[in-house]
Amino acid sequence: MDHKELELKSIEYRKTILDIIYNGGAGHTAGSLSCIDILNVLYNNVLQINPKNFSSTDRNRYVQSKGHTVEALYTVLCDQNFFTREDLDSLNKFNSHFIGHPTRKVPGIEHNTGALGHGLSVAVGMAIGFKLDNKPYKVFTLLGDGELSEGSIWESLLSASKYKLDNLVIIIDRNGLQITGKTEEVNPIEPLLDKFQSFGLCVKQVNGNSVSELDEIFKKIPFENNQPNLIIANTIKGKGISFIENQVVWHHKLPSEEEYNKAIQELNKQLENFE
Amino acid sequence: MIEKANLEVFAETLLDLAKKDKEIIVVTSDSRGSGKLTQFGKELPDQIIEVGIAEQNLVGICAGLSAVGKKVFGVSPSSFLTARSLEQIKNDIAYSNHPVTLVGISAGVSYGQLGSTHHSIHDLAVLRTINNINIVVPSDNFETREAIKEAVNYKSPLFIRFGKKPMLKIHDEDDNFKIGKGVKIREGSDVMFITTGETAQRALLAAEILHKKNISCSIINMHTIKPFDNDLFLDCLSKVKAAITVEEHSENGGLGEKCASIISQSNINIAFKILGFPDEYMTNGSQSDVLDHYNMSPKKLAEIAEDILK
Repeated sequence: MDHKELELKSIEYRKTILDIIYNGGAGHTAGSLSCIDILNVLYNNVLQINPKNFSSTDRNRYVQSKGHTVEALYTVLCDQNFFTREDLDSLNKFNSHFIGHPTRKVPGIEHNTGALGHGLSVAVGMAIGFKLDNKPYKVFTLLGDGELSEGSIWESLLSASKYKLDNLVIIIDRNGLQITGKTEEVNPIEPLLDKFQSFGLCVKQVNGNSVSELDEIFKKIPFENNQPNLIIANTIKGKGISFIENQVVWHHKLPSEEEYNKAIQELNKQLENFE
Repeated sequence: MIEKANLEVFAETLLDLAKKDKEIIVVTSDSRGSGKLTQFGKELPDQIIEVGIAEQNLVGICAGLSAVGKKVFGVSPSSFLTARSLEQIKNDIAYSNHPVTLVGISAGVSYGQLGSTHHSIHDLAVLRTINNINIVVPSDNFETREAIKEAVNYKSPLFIRFGKKPMLKIHDEDDNFKIGKGVKIREGSDVMFITTGETAQRALLAAEILHKKNISCSIINMHTIKPFDNDLFLDCLSKVKAAITVEEHSENGGLGEKCASIISQSNINIAFKILGFPDEYMTNGSQSDVLDHYNMSPKKLAEIAEDILK
């Protein structure tokens, strides 16, 4: 997809996220809005994962370690035809597979996540497996910035570096907020770039809400041979809806009817103004 | 007859199998020495992944390797594997349904004087409460070998634990072994010992003492704690007057309480006793001394059996 098409997708995806959270009665609204552009570019231009090849072991992988923003992932998977919009509308209903964290019961989901600090180790295992078999596939994983306080993340980075996993792509959704407040106030993690570099990773920074910047950076993988790739995607939590952007309270807040209508209006306006 | 440690048999069996099957991958957390896997590392360096002292990462990496088609054995001291990385076992292996085999080495009180930080008297209890992982505790060399062979292509998550001391030979090589099926290792009509894993040999020695006193003792070894072979257990229970469970594990949540739960829900009235480690600040000593101290010496087992029949 070209960048214009991707931008249009992002607006549509944001509408779907708002819809399913509003109708499902719960969801991680702001975080899903911060990472949706990343998922958009990954699934439409990079991963080449689709319902036809999903059951094969010979393909790229995507593990969403920040499992709570599953509404973004469901939205993109639905658009890739892993399931229907009707299926997705069962989100949070009794007996639905579509729950508030990724589960492999939902077509297209690679790994069950939700407890933080797990996905990177699993992605490292996958990347090692591909290396052992000399297979060309890459493993992508999305981490939250609040999640970086989990010690297991740093255990995994040591292994990623040891095994020279240049087929591993770690993306940090650096929106700067977590459930309690600013990451730098809750438990400071900066200087992130230095930390990751000192762990032996090749680090790039992008605007994680710019589909063009994301698309360009993914084309450069591997950044260096024999080094794991890490992208700090600087994002805005709640991106795309003015009154949700950068508001701590929207971490897991359900929009009221009025807020929902207002948000959809804003997104419709973005669609109208789209050239 | 005294044979090898189950640990050694595990390592030899895995090496033999891995030589023939390149998909077998072992993951260790600085535990290749204590897992007797040094030779494995020398002969098959491309089939061993070393993560350093990082058990959470070990379990996650096992899940990832399994997800791309590998037959994975994660090997680490049972104490750390099942406590420190419990959440990884729950979410990344069991809940995500990756058929990894986790091997808890130096289980129970194998570490002796190294003390409670290294003992795993909780592992069966905590894993019994995790959905979608099965639990095997082999008694002797034969059961260990067969369990590892079956584990290679086992279709669901599996946990196997054993110790590191030489074991009594219990089985012949042509005996049957299947994960999920308990084994009757001695027939008798008065009292029954129910064991899991390496306590079986203590019960066998106790049965010899009882035999000399004309007390007929049966023994079943429930090498698979989950799924539990209820049928064999109930069938054997119906043929004796009393039953005693013997496990190298806390009295809470292990074999004994599993059996008690079945008995209490099956309308059976039988003299019954659970032997394991009580909920107390435990004493220190060698593995054997600690087991003896907590009433699991063959002599004490025989005494308890006599008492329960009175």
